[in-house]
Amino acid sequence: MVHAETEMTDNNQIIEKLEELNPKKIIIWTIVFLGSIVMVTPIIFMVSMSFKTGQEVYLFSLFPEKATIKNYIFVLTESKFIYWGLNSLWVATFSTLSVLFFDSLVGYTLAKYSFRGREIIFVAILSTLMIPTEMLIIPWYMMSREFGWIDTYWGIAFPGLMTGFGTFLMRQFFMSLPDELIEAARIDGWSEFAIWWKIAMPLVVPALSALAIFHFLGNWTAFLWPLIIINDPDMYTIPVGLASFNGEYEMNWEIVMTASCLATIPTLFVFIILQKYIIKGIMLAGLKG
Amino acid sequence: MIKNFWENLTINQKLAITAWVFLAIPIIFYVTIRFYPTYEAFYVSFMKWNLLGAKKYIGFKNYIRIYNDEDFWIVLWNTIKYAIIGVPVSLLISFTVAYYLNEIKFGHQTIRAFYFIPFLTTAIAMAWVWRWFYQPMPIGYFNIMLSWVGIPQQPFLKSIEQGLYAIMAPAVWAGLGFQIVIFIAGIRAIPKSHFEAAEIDGAGRIQILKEIILPALKPTTIFLVVISTIGFLRIFDQVYSMSEDSAGGPLNATKPLVLMIYEYAFDMYKLGRASALTVILFLLLFTVSILQLWFMRKQK
Repeated sequence: MVHAETEMTDNNQIIEKLEELNPKKIIIWTIVFLGSIVMVTPIIFMVSMSFKTGQEVYLFSLFPEKATIKNYIFVLTESKFIYWGLNSLWVATFSTLSVLFFDSLVGYTLAKYSFRGREIIFVAILSTLMIPTEMLIIPWYMMSREFGWIDTYWGIAFPGLMTGFGTFLMRQFFMSLPDELIEAARIDGWSEFAIWWKIAMPLVVPALSALAIFHFLGNWTAFLWPLIIINDPDMYTIPVGLASFNGEYEMNWEIVMTASCLATIPTLFVFIILQKYIIKGIMLAGLKG
Repeated sequence: MIKNFWENLTINQKLAITAWVFLAIPIIFYVTIRFYPTYEAFYVSFMKWNLLGAKKYIGFKNYIRIYNDEDFWIVLWNTIKYAIIGVPVSLLISFTVAYYLNEIKFGHQTIRAFYFIPFLTTAIAMAWVWRWFYQPMPIGYFNIMLSWVGIPQQPFLKSIEQGLYAIMAPAVWAGLGFQIVIFIAGIRAIPKSHFEAAEIDGAGRIQILKEIILPALKPTTIFLVVISTIGFLRIFDQVYSMSEDSAGGPLNATKPLVLMIYEYAFDMYKLGRASALTVILFLLLFTVSILQLWFMRKQK
């Protein structure tokens, strides 16, 4: 019985789909689909180039005739790519954890406590969104010189340890939590910190994950500030390291493409796993922001 | 003592103190890493300073020098060109794609993912890929493809006329996915009843687009216009890693404001002049944000 029922709905769905199939729809689908292929073409050619040998570089072809991983071995052993990857990973992770902790703590405080001066603090933090990073890099650089933060992880990370955007986003989410929940926990004798950390935080996990993804990605691809604060090639992040390929390997396109692949593929991999959350997160942040 | 003091407080006072304790470290952060540097940027813009010597107050001289600098006007115009061409082009493409992609059911997720993937790439890595495509024959794929249809070789990045657009293309390409996702979210947020009512009235596709979808998407569009205008006005990564001859070349034809700031500050160590340029960038972005607020208010 159950079997027959599912078959029925299947058939209905197929009939509905067939009804949708008119020539105009097929043409639209084809164009939109071809557009999406064009969008990923640069990435596909990048991957294909990374598997080519020196001679094949000059051939227009998608599939290398003799695919080789020699380029990967070269990049991973001859350049400092592994260092750069670890630097990027460490800085982005540290910075993201800091943002998750502080932005949500501030967002929660501004959403759920009433005290004199709250509005001023909120407006002040929000106003930092108007200040472009480019305006602050010179003062940050002066500061870093003074305190010896040049060529350190702290130097790369310190400007991004808290963000106005994240604070605003988290405040929006905490505001939608019912006050009764917090009151009840207070009556039960929970400490204020525990109420935030153990009760409020688990309820905003979707917002936290969206914030984490944005911030991590932003740090992973950040270029201008790391370029300024880091001089030592051992301390480069991936983007700065990639830019340094200019000159050294300029004409070895297969080597440069291999390094570019190594920089790009991890984020794409993460995206494929977390696709649903990322798209939802963007929609969420876009609508709330 | 302290314990006594704490016990004598009302609940509201206790909560207020807790709030300030939570905010203590963030306040220190925002004051030292955001507000004080902002003040310092303005302050240094009135100084002559080469990082090593003492700062010397020179009034508005940095601004006057910038005003009299021909290169500045070229760079400012480049910056504006990135925005006023890049923004409409990318929004037009992303809206068209979003509009049709929204109706597609078969393979929707996969197709959307393909459009979105470039947004996740590192600009510097992709700059290399595009730079390779722009190379002359036999290595550059664009020139190879042009040769198939009998079009002569193009210089792309090496050309004063084409350089800026050749650098703009990957920036547009990388931003489309984000805009498409936001547009689709906007279209989906329109209540179904609006469409149904229009269908009952016998409205055609174009009418529905004009009278329901476009007006409903106004806030979304303003948001995207502002976000991407600010993004294009701050363009740096692509130019730094793609331009030929020198950064921002050939002959400053592709140089945006942020690259000029970078050069004044960290190649020539003219920090006063560089700071004055950052103030100008700030005013430019500030104007865009104010315009947004103005448009938003006009909405209501």
